[in-house]
Amino acid sequence: MPAIELHGLTKRFGPINAVDGLDLVVDEGICLGLLGPNGAGKSTTMKMLTGQAIPDSGEIRVLGFELPQDAKQARAEMGVVPQLDNLDIDVTVEENLAVFARLYRVADVGAAVDRTLEIARLTDRRKDAVDKLSGGMRRRLLLARGLVHEPKLLLLDEPTVGLDPQIRTELWSLIDGLRSRGTTILMSTHYIEEAERLADEVAVVAAGKVIARGTPAELITEHAGQRTAEVYGPPDRLTEIRGEVEEAGLRVRAAGPAIAIVAAETAPPGLIPEEAVHRAGSLEDVFVMLTGEEAE
Amino acid sequence: MRPIRRLEPAVILAVMGREMANFRTFWKSTVFTSTFEPVVYLLAFGLGLGTTLVADVDGVEYVQFVGTGLVATAVVFSSALPAMFGTFVKERFQRTYDAILAAPVDVEELVTAEMLWIGLRAAVFGCFPLLVTMFFGLDPEPTMLLVPVFAFVTALAFAAFGITVAASVAKIDQFNYVTTLVITPLFLVAGTFFPIEQLPHGLQVLAQFNPLYQLVELVRGACFGLDPVDALRFAGLLTLALVMWRLAINRMTKRLII
Ligand SMILES: Nc1ncnc2c1ncn2[C@@H]1O[C@H](COP(=O)(O)OP(=O)(O)OP(=O)(O)O)[C@@H](O)[C@H]1O
Ligand SMILES: [Mg+2]
Repeated sequence: MPAIELHGLTKRFGPINAVDGLDLVVDEGICLGLLGPNGAGKSTTMKMLTGQAIPDSGEIRVLGFELPQDAKQARAEMGVVPQLDNLDIDVTVEENLAVFARLYRVADVGAAVDRTLEIARLTDRRKDAVDKLSGGMRRRLLLARGLVHEPKLLLLDEPTVGLDPQIRTELWSLIDGLRSRGTTILMSTHYIEEAERLADEVAVVAAGKVIARGTPAELITEHAGQRTAEVYGPPDRLTEIRGEVEEAGLRVRAAGPAIAIVAAETAPPGLIPEEAVHRAGSLEDVFVMLTGEEAE
Repeated sequence: MRPIRRLEPAVILAVMGREMANFRTFWKSTVFTSTFEPVVYLLAFGLGLGTTLVADVDGVEYVQFVGTGLVATAVVFSSALPAMFGTFVKERFQRTYDAILAAPVDVEELVTAEMLWIGLRAAVFGCFPLLVTMFFGLDPEPTMLLVPVFAFVTALAFAAFGITVAASVAKIDQFNYVTTLVITPLFLVAGTFFPIEQLPHGLQVLAQFNPLYQLVELVRGACFGLDPVDALRFAGLLTLALVMWRLAINRMTKRLII
């Protein structure tokens, strides 16, 4: 039984089709990255998985429960880490965890608090009020709070958004640890590197739909290529090269000050300028080719 | 697998436990205000007016008349206002309800727990004016033990009212309309500072629909002698609390489940 099954899911907010016919199946035990630009519908999809948003149409099954009617039971077995911090900041670290352990009807609250403090490496800060913690510690606590009841399924909505690289790496190893212990993870992100590092499979979402799905390697083979050639130079020259290369049937995208020619290995000899820098095709190429957005 | 049940006591207690954990960080200021305010009112009105202008109302010393009436004031200001502001802040700024509703808690349980917590707090704060008035000569009576019960039920109704308002406004400054147009008139025409018999007949009839007036009458009954009609007053407050409870759940569901 898959952990999550979504069929033909739609959700409108007035004129906006936030989710627009989304299909997604997440197998048990994997980490699936939902990769999509701002406003693609990632958070709205997450909200529908907890019954906090009601779809206009479509089917949702989470851990075998039909949503929205059985959302409460499904929530009992999943952990949620929201995009925006919503800890109780005046209350201590351990009380934040204890409150949620009770909300999840955990039998041994004390043990659950100790265990999650350990995971978040906050044991020595347990008596501190949350507003005394650093940004990274708060994020670890937010993650730990979603784990008090040892959920089978974890929803992570942009777990590292707005964090500096060091804190991000810290959280990644934490999430990686959970995945290796068999927790199913659905993680939304618009950081390519995050998806590359953590996700077994990636679903690219744009305008409320899944437009591509597979392992990072599969996606790269299918939507980019083995090699990408990056060419730097004055804008006029780049425009000229772009024209020639596209003429020959290759796909090109802007990459900051440069242009990137994907699947460069398929180019006829001599087409790609000598000075081009060749590198392996990446998930970033896939993302930009599919969504038309510059990646982060 | 856990069967789906509504209004699970363990969940309601857990949500109240969250409130309690937060309350522990600011209870001192709240308790201070709740004790100090009735003292100020008693000194200003009870002693100010009481010694110069009014000696007694229907045989009750004016300071005790006001002191007992202030229970309703304490109840409304420790229920409707915290419910309005607290709910709005938790919903909009702290996103607390987002966190709670991601756990196996539904809106019905959430609203019920918030109401019960505010109701309990207000039941305690509601007794402070009575205790203070005892220093001004109010004699303890066994029936006064009913005062926290009356205060609790009324506070539930006002807590639900506050939650309903918070779930209905778009911006926090719209609360000003509610305090000016609803809370203040209810508070002034409750018979706290003067008997409503002083009012024009029309207002006297309207006052019958003021839950705070009913609470004032119940509290004075508990202090100076209950009346059979008080059972009716209590039933009225209970009904109001029930209706407001459902209304609050309804409004909060619309606000929180998108
Ligand atoms: N409560 C709401 N009311 C109205 N519109 C909404 C609401 N929530 C989301 N939307 C709209 O739905 C669309 C999808 O938003 P959503 O938050 O799901 O995107 P996202 O993929 O999570 O984006 P981001 O990466 O910026 O977090 C956006 O256009 C957003 O403005
Ligand atoms: Mg989002």
